[in-house]
Amino acid sequence: MATPLVELENISIAFGGVRAVDDVSLNLHAGEVVGLLGHNGAGKSTLIKILSGAYARDSGTIRIDGQEAEIRSPADARRYNIETIYQTLALADNLDAPANLFLGRELTNRFGLVDDARMEAETRRIMARLNPNFKKINEPVSALSGGQRQSVAIARAVYFNARILIMDEPTAALGVHETKMVADLIQELKAQGLGIFLISHDTREMMDLCDRVSVMKNGKMVGTERVEDVTEDDILSMIILGKNPKAAA
Amino acid sequence: MTDTATAPASPRTGWKALDLDTRLLGMIGAFIVIAVAFDIASGGRFITPRNLFNLTIQTASVAIMATGMVFIIVTRHIDLSVGSVLATCSAVMAMTQTAIMPDMLGFGLGHPLTPWVAIAFGIVAGAVIGGFHGYLVGYLAIPAFIVTLGGLLVWRNVAWYLTNGQTIGPLDPTFQKFGGINGTLGVTGSWILGLAAAAVAIWALWGARRSKIAHDFPVKPVWAEVAVMAIVTGGILGFVALLNAYQVPSRVLQRRFDAQGLTMPEGYTEGYGVPISIVLLIAVAIVMTVIAGRTRFGRYIFATGGNPDAAELSGIDTKMLTVKIFALMGVLCAISAVVASARLTNHSNDIGILDELRVIAAAVIGGTALKGGIGTIHGAIIGALIMQSLQSGMAMVGVDAPLQNIVVGSVLVLAVWIDIIYRKRTGARD
Ligand SMILES: Nc1ncnc2c1ncn2[C@@H]1O[C@H](COP(=O)(O)OP(=O)(O)OP(=O)(O)O)[C@@H](O)[C@H]1O
Ligand SMILES: [Mg+2]
Repeated sequence: MATPLVELENISIAFGGVRAVDDVSLNLHAGEVVGLLGHNGAGKSTLIKILSGAYARDSGTIRIDGQEAEIRSPADARRYNIETIYQTLALADNLDAPANLFLGRELTNRFGLVDDARMEAETRRIMARLNPNFKKINEPVSALSGGQRQSVAIARAVYFNARILIMDEPTAALGVHETKMVADLIQELKAQGLGIFLISHDTREMMDLCDRVSVMKNGKMVGTERVEDVTEDDILSMIILGKNPKAAA
Repeated sequence: MTDTATAPASPRTGWKALDLDTRLLGMIGAFIVIAVAFDIASGGRFITPRNLFNLTIQTASVAIMATGMVFIIVTRHIDLSVGSVLATCSAVMAMTQTAIMPDMLGFGLGHPLTPWVAIAFGIVAGAVIGGFHGYLVGYLAIPAFIVTLGGLLVWRNVAWYLTNGQTIGPLDPTFQKFGGINGTLGVTGSWILGLAAAAVAIWALWGARRSKIAHDFPVKPVWAEVAVMAIVTGGILGFVALLNAYQVPSRVLQRRFDAQGLTMPEGYTEGYGVPISIVLLIAVAIVMTVIAGRTRFGRYIFATGGNPDAAELSGIDTKMLTVKIFALMGVLCAISAVVASARLTNHSNDIGILDELRVIAAAVIGGTALKGGIGTIHGAIIGALIMQSLQSGMAMVGVDAPLQNIVVGSVLVLAVWIDIIYRKRTGARD
């Protein structure tokens, strides 16, 4: 089998006394969607934030394309073409959609000054594809609805040709139609060969979108299974009991 | 996500097509109201070339620092030390002129390089002090309030030690030209500057329009664009005309002619024109506005103010950013120190005392939100102008000093309250 795109090996991190992620291993292949499930506070966001460089892990190894990767900051993660949609969206409320989309990677003109007109044009272009109804390009994102904000965050992650995409509850604030659009987008990106980590509490949705699902509980990995090998009930019992029925069998 | 609000390309018509900044107009309106009120109360002494000239040179020092305070407050910090840092920079520059250049470096008194070396040392001192504050705030996570409250005491007294508590002066004559009345461009120079500024403003407005057209964005109708250009040009040239109208007193002119051994022609007059300190302020304002709106540094300042976590997750080094912002504040304190000490023609111990309050008030009156993320450079400058006109206007009509302070303090609170109402009305959620 091909070398995985991402290998997380024995990752641990503690906040004070809380072992938020405890010796977790997980990998991701190109063109694969891996789902992360678990109760609130299970450690899902914390695990992916280690990959996105937001948290520095206490121990463990990250490999990208089989090579050990030095990811200690968000800027490091961007160098490995890892893009993240955070659960909190991580938008600067006082800035408009183009400024947020290009935050940290502004387009500049020949004088090295930020080129707002070009960034706005690019934003209109990508939003036309992701969310054709989106019109509030020049307003601070504080004036947007929850779903509109979420589509800005999605646009930001998709725009920069990521190889590895992390989506932490990307559809939490979306309506039925918009959720469907994100599902289509995930299929499209997967077909392009991206590796995607997807976090969601919607087990049904996860069974549809993911190739494999992992369940976490209290910072520990309960198990990872191919979706065709398990039922929704198996997943639910893994989430609730913290045991993998497959492994026990 | 369905968005029934405004179609973006609907062209605005009539008055609205001008697309003016209502907040800016409000502040200019407030200034005009203050000026007219004091003019009436003082029997026509406020709106005179002489008084308005003095007003601009009194405003310069605080206004220069207020532009830096905008960045500090936008990133949710505060700098209480600016008045003291100004004093230390002023002391460094004074000592450079009277001790370091002539004696320690052996250039003697009155060397032509002296003022420039002094200014360079002052700016380095400001940058280092500010950068150090920024390091304590950014890397050691000590709240800016505490760091700069400490700095308020520390640098005021470092300045004292540098000069042994003595007043040092008179400062170098070239250096003094940065103070205001002792250094102006004269009538011709001022017109040249004014025309150049108007040309640049028109070019910039036109460039912005062309760039919008190139990207198929809606633009104002041509008449509205031309109207805005006319207003801007009128404003610039009107300002120059005003400063040119202030005549140099004939005894000063007489002295100048005498010094060159010439006789003054009968009926000879000369206007002061634009003070060099104002040229400096305008240069600072332009640079700071470009930084705020058109550079990555500025973009990161506002992003960090809006959501520090988002900025960090976007790969912005917010710690280093904090160092740079405070270092920039320090540099602006040094530039203000040049203006302030040059205006007084000497360095004294109490230079810059209470300036931190004036500077913070100017930024806040100018619309900088203390919760971060929002603020403009031009707002802070007009804020400084409003504060100074209140102060000098009250002095002119004979209000006691204690009452002046009561009024200024109340105006600060009132201005912030009006700002809150304005933001609610215009629907901005912050
Ligand atoms: N920055 C932090 N400081 C301290 N504790 C934290 C921090 N971030 C997370 N934790 C703790 O780590 C644990 C895991 O949190 P995490 O956010 O990863 O959960 P999650 O699985 O994403 O939950 P949810 O489904 O609610 O998003 C929780 O106990 C949480 O309180
Ligand atoms: Mg989470």
